[in-house]
Amino acid sequence: MNWLINLSGLALMALIVWWFWLAGSGKARRATGGAVDIIVDDGVYEPAVIESNAGEPLTLRFERRDASPCAEQVVFHGLDVSEPLAVGETTTVTLTPEQPGTYRFTCQMNMYQGKLIVH
Amino acid sequence: MPTHRLPIQGATCQGCANKIRAALATVPGADEIHVDLDQQRVTVEGSADHDALTRALANSGYGAGTDHSDAGITDADMSGAAASDDDIQLAITGATCASCVRSIETALGGVEGVRDASMNLADHSARVSGQAAPRALIRAVESAGYGASVIDDPRHADQEREQREQAHYRQLLRHTGYGLGVGVPLMIWGLAGGSMTVQPGTVSQALWLAVGLITLAVLAFPGRSFFVGAWKAFRHHNANMDTLIAVGTGTAWLYSMAVVLAPGLLPEAARHVYFEASAMIIGLISLGQALEVRARGKTSAAVKRLLDLRAKTARVLRADGEQDVPVEQVQAGDRIRVRPGEKIAVDGDVEEGSSRLDESMLTGEPMPVSKAPGDSVSAGTLNEGGTLIYRATRVGADTALARIIDLVKKAQGTKPAIGRLADQVSAVFVPTIMLIAIAAALVWFNVGPQPPFSHMMVAATTVLIIACPCALGLATPMSVMVGVGKAAEHGILIRQGEALQTAASLDTVVLDKTGTITEGRPSLTRILTADGEHEEDILRLAASLETGSEHPLARAILEAAETRGVTTDAVSDFQALNGKGVRATLDGHTLRLGNRRWLEQEGITLALEDQATNLSNEAATPLFLARDDRILGVLGVSDRIKADAAEAIRRLRDRGLTVIMITGDIQATADAIARQAGVDQVLAEVLPEDKAREVTRLQQQGRKVAMVGDGINDAPALAQADVGFAIGTGTDVAIESASITLMSGSLHGVADAMAISRATLGNIKQNLFGAFVYNSLGVPVAAGLLYPFTGWLLSPVIAGAAMSLSSVTVVSNANRLRFFKPNKADRRTADGSTAS
Repeated sequence: MNWLINLSGLALMALIVWWFWLAGSGKARRATGGAVDIIVDDGVYEPAVIESNAGEPLTLRFERRDASPCAEQVVFHGLDVSEPLAVGETTTVTLTPEQPGTYRFTCQMNMYQGKLIVH
Repeated sequence: MPTHRLPIQGATCQGCANKIRAALATVPGADEIHVDLDQQRVTVEGSADHDALTRALANSGYGAGTDHSDAGITDADMSGAAASDDDIQLAITGATCASCVRSIETALGGVEGVRDASMNLADHSARVSGQAAPRALIRAVESAGYGASVIDDPRHADQEREQREQAHYRQLLRHTGYGLGVGVPLMIWGLAGGSMTVQPGTVSQALWLAVGLITLAVLAFPGRSFFVGAWKAFRHHNANMDTLIAVGTGTAWLYSMAVVLAPGLLPEAARHVYFEASAMIIGLISLGQALEVRARGKTSAAVKRLLDLRAKTARVLRADGEQDVPVEQVQAGDRIRVRPGEKIAVDGDVEEGSSRLDESMLTGEPMPVSKAPGDSVSAGTLNEGGTLIYRATRVGADTALARIIDLVKKAQGTKPAIGRLADQVSAVFVPTIMLIAIAAALVWFNVGPQPPFSHMMVAATTVLIIACPCALGLATPMSVMVGVGKAAEHGILIRQGEALQTAASLDTVVLDKTGTITEGRPSLTRILTADGEHEEDILRLAASLETGSEHPLARAILEAAETRGVTTDAVSDFQALNGKGVRATLDGHTLRLGNRRWLEQEGITLALEDQATNLSNEAATPLFLARDDRILGVLGVSDRIKADAAEAIRRLRDRGLTVIMITGDIQATADAIARQAGVDQVLAEVLPEDKAREVTRLQQQGRKVAMVGDGINDAPALAQADVGFAIGTGTDVAIESASITLMSGSLHGVADAMAISRATLGNIKQNLFGAFVYNSLGVPVAAGLLYPFTGWLLSPVIAGAAMSLSSVTVVSNANRLRFFKPNKADRRTADGSTAS
């Protein structure tokens, strides 16, 4: 009985490590020319992974449905871009990433998390 | 080379043809495009794909058989944006002819929910009535080949936004009420000695089942957002604050429910229920969020204040009379009347009238500024005096005010390096906390006291609930937001959060002379008179000579004459001799005004030479005035140092900074100015292109260097410095050229900016320290680290209270910065902020 509980505890820990850190991060939405609509609600960006090409202008339209202050601002780390989002409104963010790489975009508190993969 | 011929429809004007050309030009391989409006046909030469061309044409809205109405609009668009019953007004771009109007109206009419759509070509707007989503309307217009944006009535939009925020606040308070309403009575029952355990087969089991179901309702309704958020994040392989709360409260509830339903499975001592914890945590965290919403409203006060500066309407003078129009519809070139007490609506140049404008909201400069024809005015400033008529030059997002708002908003989102560690930690924070919670539970299970199960549950839940990623994530951005906003209130625009951190650690300030320490334009500073002559006469003669001259020295003399109310006489035979002076005839006498060497060449006996030499030593240019062959007087013209420059430089030196002046002037002139300004060191005879090299040289000595200059000529030096300050007068300064821009011309801005930076950095450090200490003490204590020594084990309820307090504390501490006064800080010795 004891070993069962210990084992399931350890298995749960392994599962957490795998799911949140090792298993990738869901389906990517590729931005091809047009704009990508991102819904900001319930603690997640939907879609949360955007792919784009270096040097191409990228238009992201954030529609903030979540009124909690967490969602108030979207910050693109490493791109020097941030934009406040108004509740119930769609805010357009345009940026042109010049260098290929993976840029995180999050709310100020890092609770909303998204990734911009630039090829 | 293949040729494609495609039919078009609805294109009747050159504007439409341009649209088609632009649309087709995006297709790879479309080398040459001919639009034939008569034949309604387009010919494309090149290797382009025919289907791609057809698609591009259809998207442009002119494809034959293109149905505008269904262009790319999905159900999601329809439900997404808030559908309103009001009329929606759209600003349309790119429409140039009547047929464009038809295709736009058709496109709008095809959107679901539109009752009526009409386009006004005159003011490029379209009014749509019905219940359509604004986004769907914009899409429809865009796919017809034009641009559209919703014209908001700003007042209306602001009200709506406030209502939404209020509604959210009230909702959070309701959630608090439900959570605490269920949790508090249960807690009191427990504290009053009531049994919190379940005896199988008794009435208590049924009662606890009822309590469990009520708690479930609390989790399912007020706590719904945590669970939905946790689940959605989980699916994205993300974990956030919702995850911690959902897992924590969920675990407590599930354990308690297991106790209620199958008490027999657990030893008697472990048959304790924790429903009160679940309900209390939901209530307390909702309360914390409500308080945070309140506190946060204040952190963005600076931007709100700037937004409030925008005028709502402008009185536009049109051929058919004056008309108040919404400011969004004002176009460059419009003539606008502004009456006393009104705000300037857009940037422009004054054409008629004169007045004084209060520009303090933009520049931080408290004195009103006089405006006359030819002067420029900035949106958001207040007309205090008479009526002005000005011509709009920059409207909408191009006005200085709009650019400032944009800059401040963007800067508020950036983070100085000091916040990076917190970012890295918070990115992996939540999964780590979950791992710690499980590990703690296992330790309690294996080596903890009896009964193991309830201890496991309490330790794990408490760890999950007490951990606060919010405080960590909020620590830096909240302070930056308030600090950048505070700076903006003082006319200091900080472009990146990074500059805040660097500005706090500067030790050397390099000041450009011209325009930074001095006013940047010459003015008359001294009049020396020969025996028997009066200052006023000399000034009148000099001004009469210089009337109509555009030379900067001439302007200085004319300005002085105007301020002193000296009238000028008409002269004849005016002659300007480049690099020498001017000559003219007045009442039969020959008047000359010029430099010493020229007058000597003209054979005039000089006088007042010693005094003139003194003028030169004070960095002034002496101009000799002669009537026929007699010297009447000498006028000293110099680029005066700004009235408050010396005081501002003293403030910088009091802060322990080395102040260096850099200039292209010869050493003697530079020394003269330096003496007046009180700088530590002078770098004279530096060519403009060498300024950046001087900055580098100082940096190589290990100094942290700020460069202060005008932003245009000094751009390379500003970029080279650790922090570049662009100093400007008024709002025309190039705000993109430096990391910090001082909107007022005053050097006090440099000291103010440093004071604000130090205070902000101090605030960030307090916040980060608090957040790190909170989490690194809270989590181990929650896990039960103190239990072996003291027997303490935190209750999950206490953890919930601590957690919601921690983020409120961070936001409140950042708010303290709002009361910081940069010019008072100099009298303190510490880093400008008091510890809380």
